[in-house]
Amino acid sequence: MINNEHSADRAQDVASREALLAELARVLPVEALLSADEDLKPYECDGLTAYRALPWAVALPQNEDQVVAVLKVCHARQVPVVARGAGTGLSGGATPVVQGVVLSLAKFMRILEIDPLARLARVQPGVRNLAISEAAATYCLYYAPDPSSQIACTIGGNVAENSGGVHCLKYGLTLHNVARLRVALMNGEVIEIGSHALDDPGYDLLALMIGSEGMLGVVLEVTVKLTPKPRTAQVVMASFDSVIDAGDAVAAIIAAGIIPAGLEMMDKLATAAVEDFVHAGYDLTAAAILLAESDGAAEEVAEEIATMSVLLEQNGARQLRISQSEAERLKYWAGRKAAFPAVGRITPDYMCMDGTIPRKHLSHVLTRIAELSAEFHLRCANVFHAGDGNLHPLIMFDARNPGETERAIAFGAKILELSVDVGGTITGEHGVGIEKVKQMCVQFSREELDKFHAVKAAFDPLTLLNPGKAVPYPRHCSEYRLTGSAK
Amino acid sequence: MSDGIEEFRSRILERKPLRLRGGGSKDFYGGPLQGEMLDTRGYSGIVGYEPTELVITARAGTPLAELESALATRRQVLACEPPHFGAATVGGVVAAGLSGPRRATAGSLRDYVLGVKLMDGEGRELNFGGQVMKNVAGFDVSRLIAGSLGTLGLILEVSLKVFPLPVAEATLRFELPQDRALDAMNRWAGQPVPLAATCWQDDVLTLRLCGAQAAITAACENLGGERIAEPDATSFWAALREQTTAFFAGDAPLWRLSLPSVTPPLDLPGSQLIEWGGAQRWLRGAGDVASLRETAAKAGGHATLFRGGDKNGGVFSPLPPALMEVHRRLKQSFDPYGVFNPGRLYPEL
Ligand SMILES: Cc1cc2nc3c(=O)[nH]c(=O)nc-3n(C[C@H](O)[C@H](O)[C@H](O)COP(=O)(O)OP(=O)(O)OC[C@H]3O[C@@H](n4cnc5c(N)ncnc54)[C@H](O)[C@@H]3O)c2cc1C
Repeated sequence: MINNEHSADRAQDVASREALLAELARVLPVEALLSADEDLKPYECDGLTAYRALPWAVALPQNEDQVVAVLKVCHARQVPVVARGAGTGLSGGATPVVQGVVLSLAKFMRILEIDPLARLARVQPGVRNLAISEAAATYCLYYAPDPSSQIACTIGGNVAENSGGVHCLKYGLTLHNVARLRVALMNGEVIEIGSHALDDPGYDLLALMIGSEGMLGVVLEVTVKLTPKPRTAQVVMASFDSVIDAGDAVAAIIAAGIIPAGLEMMDKLATAAVEDFVHAGYDLTAAAILLAESDGAAEEVAEEIATMSVLLEQNGARQLRISQSEAERLKYWAGRKAAFPAVGRITPDYMCMDGTIPRKHLSHVLTRIAELSAEFHLRCANVFHAGDGNLHPLIMFDARNPGETERAIAFGAKILELSVDVGGTITGEHGVGIEKVKQMCVQFSREELDKFHAVKAAFDPLTLLNPGKAVPYPRHCSEYRLTGSAK
Repeated sequence: MSDGIEEFRSRILERKPLRLRGGGSKDFYGGPLQGEMLDTRGYSGIVGYEPTELVITARAGTPLAELESALATRRQVLACEPPHFGAATVGGVVAAGLSGPRRATAGSLRDYVLGVKLMDGEGRELNFGGQVMKNVAGFDVSRLIAGSLGTLGLILEVSLKVFPLPVAEATLRFELPQDRALDAMNRWAGQPVPLAATCWQDDVLTLRLCGAQAAITAACENLGGERIAEPDATSFWAALREQTTAFFAGDAPLWRLSLPSVTPPLDLPGSQLIEWGGAQRWLRGAGDVASLRETAAKAGGHATLFRGGDKNGGVFSPLPPALMEVHRRLKQSFDPYGVFNPGRLYPEL
């Protein structure tokens, strides 16, 4: 479908594209339709830069009617549509489909309503994650899921990926913090899913929509739940001589009945990259650093920090530092939150993996990753949402060296398979996108994948919204099977 | 145990309507019970429990009570407090998707579902989700199954996220008329108060706090009210969860209104009990179906005929056509021969 060799096909493509552009021009203002190559270029990839493609056009509608009109045009002409937020996604979810339209929601930047009594905010999909918390701050409320990209990423993208953040262990993922969506289906029909009540009659379509990678509908409006700001928060930073000890400390904290507000780990390589970037005073000699946060009433935080400190020491922490001010707390977190860009500074390119594993397999998985790193001759730093088992190995490579991108992709694939082998999943929060679509064949059987296709078809019978992402077709799996590991 | 599975499969492959049933504790709930009974209770047992990973996995027929006592040995709980209403099984709990008193603050049953193993209408075993807390591989089918009333497939096994038992609890009582109680519940929910559950009835608001000892002590001082002694408090919340209080006794139809928590007091015929900070309102009385549904819809919610009454008017609020169309397609894909619990959720499914 993509690389047409025959010139007759090419001529036909040109004609189809011209016809599409003409129709889109009728429903969009001039400035809202991009089609020149240099204008399309900024949209050729998302945060996963190893995959790029130029779409036929980019539409930047300014209101709901225009979105609906674009969808209707594309539906009638059977042209694929890829919704796009800020393009910070790390799995290629927003990578354009060649011969398709990118539908950017960047103009949908309004916070429509904040209801402090109901603790709800109704916002447009292009609103940045952090902007919601900033707007809610007047009421001492905030939007809890805090992806490290929160300055840039949009709530529409968060909904599509079911994004998480360092505080999700205690406060939940996007899924747990969204009440209602207004959604345009591919045929242009607009529906509401969820409500401002706590549940809805019928199937839980909200659960299906969240994390659906822009494949079921275009999100036009999101109502998020707001959480009261805790009175205080404090974080302990602990250094360990081994990642195994650090993992044991995490288990001990949870076994003691504590759900920390944040529980994060970085290995030595990640810590070094981060320290160089933010100068937070991390212990550069430690094999692993653990950040454990407590929030709540002052007495509660004091009690929890004391208990966690004892447990950390009992499990081999050789140095503990407790944040003594809000500024210091934020500094400790700044490094963790900047881990990806920090690693980005020490390597020309990197790929971020996202498996979740049962935590008891942490040491096995990290050992294996170190072995693979040696085998593939590529460095790998590890950042870990330790509380919930979500591991981000950051594979460093240089795309300019021939073959190195392929090697990084192959290394990544091994890590994904490893995550499945130990009973985990190939993606905890970044989505499958194009990056991991083949490894879906490792995690799911043919029948299970068929069901995913059926779910998509229930919303988008012509398979026009973000086609080819997230759910592989049998042919992907048979190709992958030839190389080894699919079910 | 694979025997159980094979038996289920052969029943399903007969392509005749089946009425999936665990302990029968929710027989009262939903549309008419149709089809031949398929009892899941033989397929039982906790398959895995990892307290430090906060996850438990059990077969569908496992009694909820058994699961909860396993959790209790490690001081853990299902924080959404799903009601038993009798000899509930884990599969039935997930299929019904009901949550208890802590729902508004701790989250719903669906929030705690991590994975489901299902047998579809063609006898295929399918796994969705898993045993880990964060998982976005594929559409979130395991949570779609929660609350689907067994209409999409036979639940074989489920993995649930568990939480620590709160260290401390306290229950406070206030004399407040409905409008002021609603206002208070919503205001407190917007403050960093360790609120766990609320219940208003007959001008009395009861409040449950859960959390660290220090937080509870501080909150009790700040909020005031009358502190209820612990044994009484525990039985009060247990009775509310299981609907064994006087309010729920007798044969009058029981309606459940699910509404935005800030909905002002509704003038409806019959007596009301309010939970979930105002978001769940129970109504006893034979109200007119159409006007109840309209009132709920106007407020932005929906009304369910939860127990008793005349089910001919539909148990659940009807869906808009576009949503029903999506439902029908999902049903068609998971259960093409209409085997599972036909009509239990909607006559069309
Ligand atoms: C430095 C860095 C740190 C990150 N940290 C985290 C982290 O801590 N946790 C985490 O979970 N993720 C993280 N991410 C990943 C990324 O930021 C999230 O996935 C984010 O939610 C993507 O939002 P976006 O607006 O950039 O979406 P995009 O990248 O534009 O799109 C992502 C997906 O959403 C779809 N989409 C976007 N808008 C809509 C809409 N309105 N309707 C329907 N579909 C839509 C797209 O089609 C695509 O499939 C990080 C990324 C970077 C670069």
